[in-house]
Amino acid sequence: MENRNHTARPHVTENEGLIFERSGPGKSGVDFASLDVPAVSARERLGAEFYREDLEGFPEVSELEVIRHFTRLSTWNYGVDTGIYPLGSCTMKYNPRINEVAARLEGLATDHPYAPEPLVQGCLRVLYETALALAEITGMDAVSLQPAAGAQGELTGILMIRAFLAERGNARRYVLIPDSAHGTNPASVTTSGYSVRNLKSNERGTVDLGDLDVGMTEEVAALMLTNPNTLGIFETQIREICDLVHARGGLVYMDGANMNALVGVAQPGTFGVDVMHLNLHKTFTTPHGGGGPGSGPVAVKDFLAPYLPSPVIERTAEGTYRIDRTRPKSIGRVRAFYGNFGMAVRALAYIMANGPEGLRQTTLDAVLNANYVVRRLADIYDLPYDQPCMHECVLSDRRQAARGVRTGDIAKRLIDYGFHPYTTSFPLIVPGAMMIEPTESASKQELDEFIEALRAVAREVEEDPDFVLNAPHTTRILRLDEATAARKPVLRWKP
Amino acid sequence: MYPQELLYTKEHEWIRVDEEIGTIGITDHAQKELGDVVFVELPRAGDHVAVNEPLGTVESVKAVSDVFSPVTGEIKDVNAKLQDHPELLNNDPHGEGWMVQVRLADRRETEKLMTADEYETYVREAQKH
Repeated sequence: MENRNHTARPHVTENEGLIFERSGPGKSGVDFASLDVPAVSARERLGAEFYREDLEGFPEVSELEVIRHFTRLSTWNYGVDTGIYPLGSCTMKYNPRINEVAARLEGLATDHPYAPEPLVQGCLRVLYETALALAEITGMDAVSLQPAAGAQGELTGILMIRAFLAERGNARRYVLIPDSAHGTNPASVTTSGYSVRNLKSNERGTVDLGDLDVGMTEEVAALMLTNPNTLGIFETQIREICDLVHARGGLVYMDGANMNALVGVAQPGTFGVDVMHLNLHKTFTTPHGGGGPGSGPVAVKDFLAPYLPSPVIERTAEGTYRIDRTRPKSIGRVRAFYGNFGMAVRALAYIMANGPEGLRQTTLDAVLNANYVVRRLADIYDLPYDQPCMHECVLSDRRQAARGVRTGDIAKRLIDYGFHPYTTSFPLIVPGAMMIEPTESASKQELDEFIEALRAVAREVEEDPDFVLNAPHTTRILRLDEATAARKPVLRWKP
Repeated sequence: MYPQELLYTKEHEWIRVDEEIGTIGITDHAQKELGDVVFVELPRAGDHVAVNEPLGTVESVKAVSDVFSPVTGEIKDVNAKLQDHPELLNNDPHGEGWMVQVRLADRRETEKLMTADEYETYVREAQKH
């Protein structure tokens, strides 16, 4: 592919070189006071093997150059605070500022995890109350806040299933996963020592009970299910699905990545799920991605509670809180201390600020927004599974592909309209998938602007497909050669 | 479009059978759906593969996908060129982009596979959906 980067202009407001390229010999951000003690040779004191002579290309810059470089870069960010972030499957919702106020309260922000229990009762109560609230929301009995992200929550959950089944005499060999699942599901299963068996989705995009009946043998430990699934479709036969798995001695794991469609409306615990994880950085408004860290609490029914990661926070009869470390059946610790504590504070702030009614309204708004988007786009973009969606919708590029324009091209053109792209090419069962999750954070006006942009791109595909194929046209760096970047990655700058 | 001398699977692999040796790759349709392939993971010579079980993975800019073995047997040879040139899978999927050679355990397994014409129809039907 032609390298088009040369068209980016070098002016500082248009583009920004690497900080290495601003380097000049002798430039420095600090003036050290002259040495008032005898000089010591670092090389002699450290030994030659620890002393590095060649710090080739290390940037020498002034303080102001550093500040300006990174301040300019910071203006390039696109985030939830900038505009709609419709990345399907990711639940990129607004992170309320009140969460940050709570997380920065001195008593919560500065306590030490090794502090004695009587001195950190407030922190322990936050952990306890957060777990309690998540248990109520999911309809489960016990929660561990330890896992640091969704995939670690999955791993924790599957390891607990394994421990439970092994104790009953047979850990079994396989875990069933629908072909619409997130890629982390098979990874968690494999890491836990199980083998994956795929379940094909039916024409409605959901689990086929007949296939499940065939696949759910005595060798299968669990079904790992996302509900609503990655097509944004609720598994309406979820009770039958769970009953069938249980009847064959298996357990049901639910990937809670899509809980934004259920909070305050439906509880996985009541429809038969045995263990699940939540993503606080999706559903419960803690920061996502680089602003993280993440948090992937795992919730279980009573019979799995003994296997939860240790320790667990308990409330005593006297109303105080204690750390229970005597848990002989626990699968062990999965994360230092008690998980990413600051995320529990933020999630609890969100839950308490909303209350049950607010959480329910949030879910209804998220589902309404997704359905509004899909209904206003379905006349120009293909809708492979045409039924009411939950919190996200999946369109496809089938019509545009006839003119040689694929989902990734449309996404690139959307950048020119000032929007973050939707998720491309996922879920894998939809060729050319365009997966949109507006979340409840978008107003109708913003949704209309986003929809108009996608409609405009569809018109461009008809009138001038090459123009879309070469998008983006307004960014500092134009179309990247993603294939070469992956095949021959350049991992460090060299002078 | 699809070479007549190859047999095809529903998972979009092909196999060329020559006596007891089968050469296996992914089809042109598969590479088009995957997009630019950036990494190919192959088994080692001597490994055992089972019919319909994964024999390797193909990573593209879009996704990582398992490649399923159309037959049972022992890996005789792998296409080492794919390590440095995964793009061969895109440029010549039915030729230079072959992935492994297998010593077939049971030739009758290939009787269930599709001919070029059957595969072409299968792909056309799948795209209508």
